Amino acid sequence: MKPSIFGYQAPTTLDEAISLLAGDPDAAVLAGGQTLLPAMNFRAANPSLLVDIQHIDGLRSIVVGAEAIVVKAMVRHREFELDADVRRVNPLIAEVMQHVAHIPIRNRGTVVGSLCHADPSAEMPLLLVLLGGSVIVQGLSGSREIAAEKFFQSFLTTARSHDEIVVEARFPLLPPMAGWAFDEVTRRHGDYAVVGVGCVLSLDESSRASGVRLAACGIADRPVRLKEAETVLNGTALGTSDLDAAVAASMAAVTQPDDINVSASYRRRALGTLIRRMVAKAAQRAQMAEVAS
Amino acid sequence: MTRMMKGTTPVRSADAQTEVELTVNGEVVRRIVSLRMLLSDFLRHELGLTGTHVGCEHGVCGCCTVLIDGKPGRSCLTLAVQANGYQIRTIESVASADGTLHPVQQAFKECHGLQCGYCTPGMVMNILGRFEEKEPLDLSDDGIRELLSGNLCRCTGYLNIIAAVRRAAELLGRTA
Amino acid sequence: MSTRTFGARIERNVDPKLLRGEGAFVDDIPLPDALHVAFLRSPHARARINSIDTKAAKANPGVVAVYTSDDIGALDIEMPLLIPHPSMTNPQTQRPLARGDVHYVGQTVAMVVAVDRYVAEDATALIEVDYTPLPVEMDMAKALSDGAPLVHATVPNNLAAHFVQTSGDPDGAFAAAEHVTKITVQVDRSTAAPMECRAVAARWEAVTGELTMWDGTQAPISVRGGLASVFGIDEDKVRVIAPDVGGGFGQKVLLFYPDELLVPMAAMQLGRPVKYIEDRRENFIGSSQERTQIHTIELAALKSGEVIGLRDFFLHDTGAFIPYGIAVAQVASTSIAGPYRIPNIFVEFKAVYTPTVQVTPYRGCGRPQACFALERAMDQLAQELGLDRFEIRRRNLIADHQFPYAREGLLFADGLKVTLDSGQYARALAMAATELGAEDFATVQAKALSEGRYLGLGLACYVEGTGLGPYEGGHVKIHPITGKVYVNTGLSTQGQGHDTVFAQIVADQLGVSPQDVIVVEGDTKAFDWGVATFASRAAVVSGNAIHKTAITVRNKVLQAAANMLDIDVESIELRDSAAWVKGSNRFVPLAAIATASNPLRYAFNKAAQAATQFAPSSKHDGPPLAEGEVPGLEATDYYSPSQSTWAYGVHAAIVEVDPGLCTVKIRKYVCIHDCGNMINPMLVEGQVMGGIAQGIGGALYERLDYQADGNLANASLMDFLVPYATEIPDVSILHLETPSPLNPLGVKGVGEAGCIAVGAVVASGVEDALRPFGALKFRQVPLSPTMIADALEQVRH
Repeated sequence: MKPSIFGYQAPTTLDEAISLLAGDPDAAVLAGGQTLLPAMNFRAANPSLLVDIQHIDGLRSIVVGAEAIVVKAMVRHREFELDADVRRVNPLIAEVMQHVAHIPIRNRGTVVGSLCHADPSAEMPLLLVLLGGSVIVQGLSGSREIAAEKFFQSFLTTARSHDEIVVEARFPLLPPMAGWAFDEVTRRHGDYAVVGVGCVLSLDESSRASGVRLAACGIADRPVRLKEAETVLNGTALGTSDLDAAVAASMAAVTQPDDINVSASYRRRALGTLIRRMVAKAAQRAQMAEVAS
Repeated sequence: MTRMMKGTTPVRSADAQTEVELTVNGEVVRRIVSLRMLLSDFLRHELGLTGTHVGCEHGVCGCCTVLIDGKPGRSCLTLAVQANGYQIRTIESVASADGTLHPVQQAFKECHGLQCGYCTPGMVMNILGRFEEKEPLDLSDDGIRELLSGNLCRCTGYLNIIAAVRRAAELLGRTA
Repeated sequence: MSTRTFGARIERNVDPKLLRGEGAFVDDIPLPDALHVAFLRSPHARARINSIDTKAAKANPGVVAVYTSDDIGALDIEMPLLIPHPSMTNPQTQRPLARGDVHYVGQTVAMVVAVDRYVAEDATALIEVDYTPLPVEMDMAKALSDGAPLVHATVPNNLAAHFVQTSGDPDGAFAAAEHVTKITVQVDRSTAAPMECRAVAARWEAVTGELTMWDGTQAPISVRGGLASVFGIDEDKVRVIAPDVGGGFGQKVLLFYPDELLVPMAAMQLGRPVKYIEDRRENFIGSSQERTQIHTIELAALKSGEVIGLRDFFLHDTGAFIPYGIAVAQVASTSIAGPYRIPNIFVEFKAVYTPTVQVTPYRGCGRPQACFALERAMDQLAQELGLDRFEIRRRNLIADHQFPYAREGLLFADGLKVTLDSGQYARALAMAATELGAEDFATVQAKALSEGRYLGLGLACYVEGTGLGPYEGGHVKIHPITGKVYVNTGLSTQGQGHDTVFAQIVADQLGVSPQDVIVVEGDTKAFDWGVATFASRAAVVSGNAIHKTAITVRNKVLQAAANMLDIDVESIELRDSAAWVKGSNRFVPLAAIATASNPLRYAFNKAAQAATQFAPSSKHDGPPLAEGEVPGLEATDYYSPSQSTWAYGVHAAIVEVDPGLCTVKIRKYVCIHDCGNMINPMLVEGQVMGGIAQGIGGALYERLDYQADGNLANASLMDFLVPYATEIPDVSILHLETPSPLNPLGVKGVGEAGCIAVGAVVASGVEDALRPFGALKFRQVPLSPTMIADALEQVRH
């Protein structure tokens, strides 16, 4: 299990990195390497050139802005997880991060790298979709912003062009007083999610839900916003029948067939369970926020 | 069997090579390596630091865990060339020069936290790295399990390793 | 005598070295100039090889040699059938490199030797093989039918072995039964997954004609014998060293794997050391596996719950080859009645070839399957008769006064009649119930249910025949200068702590500290005779051999000390590394006694002067070494067990099932275990707990997922789910110590015990937890979330 032969460059500027990518259709970006290197050791990925972006200036910061947290391309999972400002403005993030692999992997793997890998079972893509975030990609012809739901196109496939580098991801802040929740079912702790569900919602004065956002991973070829369920739940008191309806409205979103871990039918059951639990938990947190304010 | 030595010295492979310089256990080392050499192989076979073990080469087992710039990381998922300029610590640096065990190692011995010893260096480095982090330690059962998750052990069933983490915290005065 | 160390929780001698990273595993042995091996492996489960083209691979820079079956001369043979048995017809073993056909995905087809492993892997990709794929049948039952695709063209119906054993009068028992219950259960394919994969390195010294092989094997002496015979070298010129070995669990007891022959061959041919370090993927598709059995078991019972007869028929998947004979299936069939009296037994199995990695023993070796079948049947019988699950077992356990309890007609894996030698089965069951809180559990369960939580109680009993022969030996020697004691035996260790328990045994006899006893094993130059580490036998067989030897050395020490102290033997006691005149402060150190026991010509230190010919203490009447005497304080002896000794235990657990996510959490796990006298309870618990964790893997997580085309879908630790610490619950382990009457130390084996009952316990608990939804049945392990979901869906929940 050793990688096959490849070239290696460690540019110090973004422009250099982009032209290296543009010059070799089989080049790959190397950031933390926690997904790429296992694939290379299995010789499942055989890039001709690795463009190591760790020495490029300006790719290591986490900036909490007025609307979003901007995470640059070389920010490691563990840094994102432990950042005090991030924890304060968006506690959902730290909650999600604890489910990402294990600490030694989080010490090396990057947030943006995980987004670019676009595993439909992974937590980071789900988080970006759930929060309605985006990524900024930079290529030969300049930079562009791609919304999360456009970015993740299918299994391990994103809207990034080969000669583009994702330089940052933007995770929106939680609405004030919002409740939030995330949980997933895995076979072992730290494994990719079999099914994961995140929820953000607010409650109005009469305890009716608004701004409901629900997203799931592990059920399709990409992370999925459960928009039908959101519509069903908005404006309701989140009673049992509302939840039943939301779950029923989400079942069609499960398109992932049986695999070595679980059956599709199991996925539907777990998705339903997690939707109920996450909506309830988010509502509880929203209520507590209200009481506290 | 023939007693004649055959001329078998082959041509080296076509791999491109490069020079790397990194600090390993406090010592600066410079070597010419293949671009594709994994850090685990570099430590083991270029530097002879064979205490770092290799169990899966896909990041799951944790046997190859070393401290990379002070934090536990997988040496099998890091290229030697990528580690250019890094500070690496391996298991060989943990006990005192006279062989006295570090409290984490001592705790493993007291608690029978190892059997075959193959996963042990990776376990110790992971625990040591976590102990050296500023984040407060969670020494509850779940907290220790979370800390150990990411390192497979096939012999012990983990309970004695959990006890060893608690004992190490005691020995290091980290139980408060 | 010093404080007895037998029975004490002594820390291990080997630990500091391992903790400092100073272990010496095969790939750690520095072999300058070594070449590295990679194998090209079959991508097909069954195929005909039409041609192999190695030109491009040979031309790749850095490649030294490429071998196919045409290039390995006398090694192009079917490898040995290790344990012949008449139940097999035309038994098949693998060739080092495939010739003509391939029989499973992962079978070795060609070998590349290159400057490093990276280049060797590059070159395997350059070998072109033209295959004609052949059809496969992965289902055992279908594979037995006429017309099914064959794993071996010469073996009709893929039937590898067929064997029937009978004890008592099973037909009579079923005729007399008041109630019969019948159940079909399955245990799936798994693998040992030791943390260190297999590894072999060889060096050929052309000048001396000596072959040295470092092999992460459980059986170095057997490997040496095999190599000497295959290569036609004197045994004395072959040295096999099993250095530190990173876990074995049975996988490393098989010989030969292809690399164990081809690596030394390449070293001899190429004149440079050669290494093969198996990688994780290869361990999944190339090294032995175990477990798949489908049992249909019937119990003939009286209304009282007493089981008077048992019939079991099972299919055993032996993979593509059967090099270890029928051992796994035979152990399963002879363990099928467990700890219960059940006097009338009929057990039949068919071993079936499937196009998968060969099956040889993995920790448990058929016992988990037998336990799962029997205990699931006992649960079902209890339910049908309206009896408590503890109660039905209580009514059937062999009583203390019934030992030794023989099962006439059942021959165990050592070829000897199954005879359970000792135990307190009922007491173990009662202890499990108490420790678990079984009496109050109904209340706890009802309360939890009212809160929407589903708790269930599971339990299972097991027995384990341990300490198989044929024999092992021990060598004990007191070093003349240091007084330290050196001990050798023919085993190798994979982490069990042999060095410490054998040291304890010797320390007690010689009055030294266990830290001053240095145990060296795993090296054919250290001890010449022996078999291997397997079947929970090290403490029983080597332990007793070393014990016997240590007594002989003790007697020599006493005699020599008596001479030196000029007093009778009865007045001497051994403690603190010296012989003391009882009740006085007169003593002579062991080192001095050892020195004096070795008549010397040359004095190389002060102590040695006393042993030279002209020393005052020297005797002058006769030769320095009297006729019949041997120099030094040293002895060698052997122990050959009269039969296996049977350990046993009871496991019980409280599990919680989340019907929404179909996950299972073990809330409490209790293990009552009896392996006779314990040499070191801390190490016993380590063995038991390690086994339980593997058992939990087998109960809930670890399943090799062979696809319909014979490909293994989860050949990685990412997808083959070995549990992390987060998956293993707290376990309370309680001991009983019923000595084995069969050996001087009264010990029984413990290596495999922990894993045997876990699958049955978990299935029993999950069934109990989900009872509010109906009588759901869980008859297969590992028990996956999908199985639970499917069961719940069947009752429309």
